[in-house]
Amino acid sequence: MEAYFDNAATTVVFPEVRELVMELMEKDYGNPSSLHMKGVDAGSYIRNAKEIIARELKCEPKEIIFTSGGTESNNMALIGAALANRRAGNKIITTAVEHASVASCTRFLADMGFEVVTIGTDSRGVVDKQELYDAVDENTILVSVMYVNNEIGSIMPIEEIGRMIKEKNSRTLFHVDAIQAFGKFRIYPKRLNIDMMSISGHKLHGPKGVGVLFIKNGTKLKPIIYGGGQQGGMRSGTENVPGIAGLGMAVDMVYRNLDERISHMKQLKDRLTQGLTEIENVYCNSGDAPHIASFSFVGVRSEVMLHALEERGIYVSAGSACSSNKQSVSSVLTAINLPKERLESTLRFSFSGYNTEEQVDYTIEVIKEILPVLRRYVRKK
Amino acid sequence: MQYKAFMIKYAEIGTKGKNRYIFEDILCKNINRKLKSLGEFHIRKEQGRIFVEARSDYDYEDTIAALTKVFGIVGICPVIVEEDTSFETIRDRVIEYVDNAYDRKNFTFKVNTRRNDKTYPMTSMEVNAELGHYLLEAYDKLSVDVHTPQEIINVEIRKVVYIYSITIPGPGGLPVGTNGKAMALLSGGIDSPVAAYMIAKRGVEIEAVYFHAPPFTSERAKQKVVDLACIVADYAGAIRLHVVNFADIQMAIYDNCPHEELTIIMKRYMIKIAEELAKRNDCQCTVTGESIGQVSSQTVHSLYVINEVSTMPVFRPCIGMDKQEIVDISEKIGTYETSIQPYEDCCTTFVAKHPVTKPILSAIEKSESKLAGIIEPMVEKAVDTVETIMCRNK
Repeated sequence: MEAYFDNAATTVVFPEVRELVMELMEKDYGNPSSLHMKGVDAGSYIRNAKEIIARELKCEPKEIIFTSGGTESNNMALIGAALANRRAGNKIITTAVEHASVASCTRFLADMGFEVVTIGTDSRGVVDKQELYDAVDENTILVSVMYVNNEIGSIMPIEEIGRMIKEKNSRTLFHVDAIQAFGKFRIYPKRLNIDMMSISGHKLHGPKGVGVLFIKNGTKLKPIIYGGGQQGGMRSGTENVPGIAGLGMAVDMVYRNLDERISHMKQLKDRLTQGLTEIENVYCNSGDAPHIASFSFVGVRSEVMLHALEERGIYVSAGSACSSNKQSVSSVLTAINLPKERLESTLRFSFSGYNTEEQVDYTIEVIKEILPVLRRYVRKK
Repeated sequence: MQYKAFMIKYAEIGTKGKNRYIFEDILCKNINRKLKSLGEFHIRKEQGRIFVEARSDYDYEDTIAALTKVFGIVGICPVIVEEDTSFETIRDRVIEYVDNAYDRKNFTFKVNTRRNDKTYPMTSMEVNAELGHYLLEAYDKLSVDVHTPQEIINVEIRKVVYIYSITIPGPGGLPVGTNGKAMALLSGGIDSPVAAYMIAKRGVEIEAVYFHAPPFTSERAKQKVVDLACIVADYAGAIRLHVVNFADIQMAIYDNCPHEELTIIMKRYMIKIAEELAKRNDCQCTVTGESIGQVSSQTVHSLYVINEVSTMPVFRPCIGMDKQEIVDISEKIGTYETSIQPYEDCCTTFVAKHPVTKPILSAIEKSESKLAGIIEPMVEKAVDTVETIMCRNK
């Protein structure tokens, strides 16, 4: 049996989306900037995708900018907002559990002279609201908080944070990395006081290489990519028409039966959690997101466990990739203060609507079988 | 492209007496194989040199890069070929050549003419003198030094004229295929590809063995070794990489032997398996990247105990080198970047906190005796189920 439980890394593309992308590469391959019909046709696919996404975000189509993916969206939001608002202030607030595409940007901005404040989380990976509230001041130009953490699935209190920020300083921009959340939750940025929000296509059965940055009307942002002035000059470069159209369709499909899909994933997650936590010295680190589960299999390094599962057709991801040559421990797991033996034995299981109960049961069975064997072969002290 | 040909210099082959033609023929064949995808080249031997003539358009940089990876080549001289042998044309081409070949024209030189065509109206000495004169006239910072010139401008007048002076250093060594075959143990680290490279450099064909231990080592670690073998193959020619599944053996040792002896015992089994594969594939030796004192299993005591199981020569070309010296070679041959990718290999998976550094042979043998009866079929199975991957440079 094959069981793909790495849907937070990427998801399989919906067959309908795959066909649409193919069709656009074959037939409607025009450049939306061209003046002839082929260009106009290509442009209409982009407009259509924009309308779908705007509908799901309850925003205007012109507030949607297409990017090359989540990483670019995060870069555009953080670097673009920092550069455009340097005269308004110098302080940027973020959390200790952000994805590398946010954390690396804030490090870059710190190098450029911005004051970057990193807010810690509790042991479940939820950001400390009070600490964040206290940190926002007159000088704060940007706060960036992720919606759902990619490693453990903790959900941040985005609505409260949005309200608190604006209460303290109405000019502070609020960016949300919703890459693991969009397609799992109904998110209406304007109701949540969000000024910018990042979305990725391939996490919700869309193609790779395409993403979105929602930018609320009137938000001051400098482009980070310059060129032919496409997308109102905010993001130059010929639009990835097949990707954008595919993303639009994927969003449409995901939200059409969202509730069903989510309750299915939640069921699988609960089933797996129950099955695994029965085993001795297996700990659950998961947050509340319906599609992300995290477990520590104390006594077996995550990499070894991952490959052992792979041999049985089960695909998961290592919470922290350790190796003898380079100790690269997950900053998220460190931030939530996992003890060392749990830190180095953590695996992430992430679900999609395609996963089944049978796969979950099979996985529990396999783990019960291999865990005792693997636990015997460890580095002795 | 101004160069229509390359003169290939080789040194050591020249000393091989009556076998010389064998070495030369293999070198020609290796050059031919290396250049095949880069254009049409005609390769011929003449008077202790190999002459590579381009018969089609070709990319100069790519061709030089390819030739500098053929062992046996000491130097590569890019050559101007001129069909008109009149002195006026030769003069113009030599002046033009110096202009193109040297950025700064402020060196001492002499012209060295050879004249196969004895009916040519000028003697070699006359051509030397005249060309020297015109070069001095053309470039006022040049000066002649007939005893210790910085540059020698060679002019060979035959049916056509060859002009050359610059020598690009080759990799040296002996042509691969002139000296047997070795089974190199590749771990994925920095040292073992360097060791394989160094043995290939002496003309030895290379096969390789990698010990894979799933799930303790990953597919990526294996892919890394394939990548390394491909890079070494750029010099050594195609390498057959034998991937041995070592997990069962490793676990058996873990279960039955003292933990601090694990690495030593494992390495003894690696050598045994490598030798068995060597025999099956007509190799006469094995190669490892060991260097004295680098890690606990590479102390002289450990090397003695490991070496004890071998019946073939185990070549260890890095044995006397410092880590930095090995790193320097790996950077030069292009394996370093790949070697430092952080994937676990099977040597580090179960490594003890305090492994033995002065193992005693009798003690190790005694520990191994606990494996009697269980390990033999495992070794046999490992050798029989080996996966062989052909590694060529891309």
